[in-house]
Amino acid sequence: MASEIRNYTMNFGPQHPAAHGVLRLVLEMDGETVVRADPHIGLLHRATEKLAESKPYNQSIGYMDRLDYVSMMCNEHAYVRAVETLMGITPPDRALWIRTMFDEITRILNHLMWIGSNALDLGAMAVFLYAFREREELMDVYEAVSGARMHATYYRPGGVYRDLPAQMPKYRESRWHKGKDLEAFNKARQGSMLDYLDAFCEVFPKRVDEYEELLTENRIWKQRTVGIGVVSPDEARAWGMSGPMLRGSGIEWDLRKKQPYAKYAEVDFDIPVGVTGDCYDRYLVRVEEMRQANRIIKQCVDWLRAHPGPVMVENYKVAPPKREDMKEDMEALIHHFKLFTEGYSVPAGETYAAVEAPKGEFGVYMISDGANKPFRVKCRAPSFVHLSSMDAIIRGYMLADVVAMVGTYDLVFGEVDR
Amino acid sequence: MAEQTTTSLADRLRARFEERIGNVVERLGQTTIEAQPLHWLEIARALRDEFGFEQLIDLCGVDYLGYGEDEWATSEEATSEGFSRGVEGNSAPGRFNWNTRPRHGQRLRRFASVAHLLSLANNRRLRVRVFAPEDALPVIPSVTSVWPVADWFEREAFDLYGIVYEGHPDLRRILTDYGFVGHPFRKDFPLIGNVEVRYDPEARRVVYEPVTSVSPRVLVARVVREDSRFATARDEAKDEWREN
Repeated sequence: MASEIRNYTMNFGPQHPAAHGVLRLVLEMDGETVVRADPHIGLLHRATEKLAESKPYNQSIGYMDRLDYVSMMCNEHAYVRAVETLMGITPPDRALWIRTMFDEITRILNHLMWIGSNALDLGAMAVFLYAFREREELMDVYEAVSGARMHATYYRPGGVYRDLPAQMPKYRESRWHKGKDLEAFNKARQGSMLDYLDAFCEVFPKRVDEYEELLTENRIWKQRTVGIGVVSPDEARAWGMSGPMLRGSGIEWDLRKKQPYAKYAEVDFDIPVGVTGDCYDRYLVRVEEMRQANRIIKQCVDWLRAHPGPVMVENYKVAPPKREDMKEDMEALIHHFKLFTEGYSVPAGETYAAVEAPKGEFGVYMISDGANKPFRVKCRAPSFVHLSSMDAIIRGYMLADVVAMVGTYDLVFGEVDR
Repeated sequence: MAEQTTTSLADRLRARFEERIGNVVERLGQTTIEAQPLHWLEIARALRDEFGFEQLIDLCGVDYLGYGEDEWATSEEATSEGFSRGVEGNSAPGRFNWNTRPRHGQRLRRFASVAHLLSLANNRRLRVRVFAPEDALPVIPSVTSVWPVADWFEREAFDLYGIVYEGHPDLRRILTDYGFVGHPFRKDFPLIGNVEVRYDPEARRVVYEPVTSVSPRVLVARVVREDSRFATARDEAKDEWREN
């Protein structure tokens, strides 16, 4: 009888809720053990890189948001940094601090999304609801500063689009927000955006304690993650891993520390690393990263409060002139017209600019031939790299562990497929 | 592998590989070498084992067709902070003029595969460009045996550019549709694509047809300007700017 039992092939996704978007996994199973995993990707391929080749530089910033659509501003940061390197311009200090702050806000946004959805995949419903409570608060910051909750297009070559708002928008009375609820919602919104973030930083560590209470010692959570998806340091290096995937395996590597950009060299924070390299370690690393991100935000808020100033370079070849100037100054009007019709030409050359995105190293390789459009843009997406190691890591684990592994990779298909 | 020597990476690369790599270019704080395709595998192995580049961060294809060509030629003279004037239009791959599009062979070599390496131990990056010797059938050795992560990167470059990686264990398309024809990121592949899909209620299935619903157009012309636009920016930056 035993000889009649054969391996069979199973299709996982692309519509499976635990596939985090449009992952199609073709699994070869021996009973409930995975023998081979073949991820089929590309269902969300939008040819972002080719589109970027057909547009002036500034018009592609918005596309970067849509790559990893849960850590929007970090993607913009890599792109903008590539353009700035090629042109040799440095944004003002305040812009760099704002970028540092928003990178960390983005990190918390991303990790909240991750902790919620990963717990949901592994059977813990409540975490999702808790995580989205804080996520909503940070989304409001995105909205206050850029007008969009997700796809901000806030970073620009030469700085950021505009300064932080002096007044945090408030909820208005509606059928859903009224009376005491409305007051509670608006309590932290009386002052500026920095006041609002201050209040957030104050309570956020307690909120992280709440998630940890739900998961860290949770028996089911530990059964699903401890010893699952172990990535050895050698494997992590060979498979080009970065971010929490690399640190979870005990390698202390963080671009924010090793190759600091923006203002990371001037803020104080720690890098958590794992020990065994399993899903549970990576969970602990990400939770600690949220706490550290909170620390950085606090420091940025303090600096930004004390140091007002410009947030964009005063170079009208790159940055648009003020509206008021355009009403009176002919030159300003011409600059505005040229900037928005033709854009700016970037000196010929090539560069690779990377940032420590929440998921790992997000890099932009950009080649310019001196035109107003990039000749080639290549986005190095951490999720794509991590997913490529799926087959090597998951062999020998059970079907249910595939879900844990997909979760721990922190995949977002916007950037896997690009 | 230890980084005790005082000689720079560029010098050590030159000494180690000699004529097998082209010029060692150091620009914008980044080092680039050009490897001969014949020796690429051997160089890759040496870079990993002797120079400590244990991570392949990125590998991608590049199509150099039409590099430096613009659609709107400009005159050279410009005021100190003004703009040069457009004098005449011509066509380039971005402007989709099929009859006058650049043809194969205008540049010496068209396809390249660019790898970005990272050394965690020495905190250092390196870019290696490998040009495919032939344009009609670009072939470059695969480095999957050196860095397993090259697997998907090479599949992607094959899919999008048609670069064939010799020795790759499983060179399939990765991003495009099952049964896709062509290599979409090549510069002579139209941005609007060649086929579009719709559901045909009579045939009761999805059908592929030549593109009719959109026409090729360019909203912003491609312009190469070599005027004074960045003089100010460069002055401002001067020494302040360091890569990373």
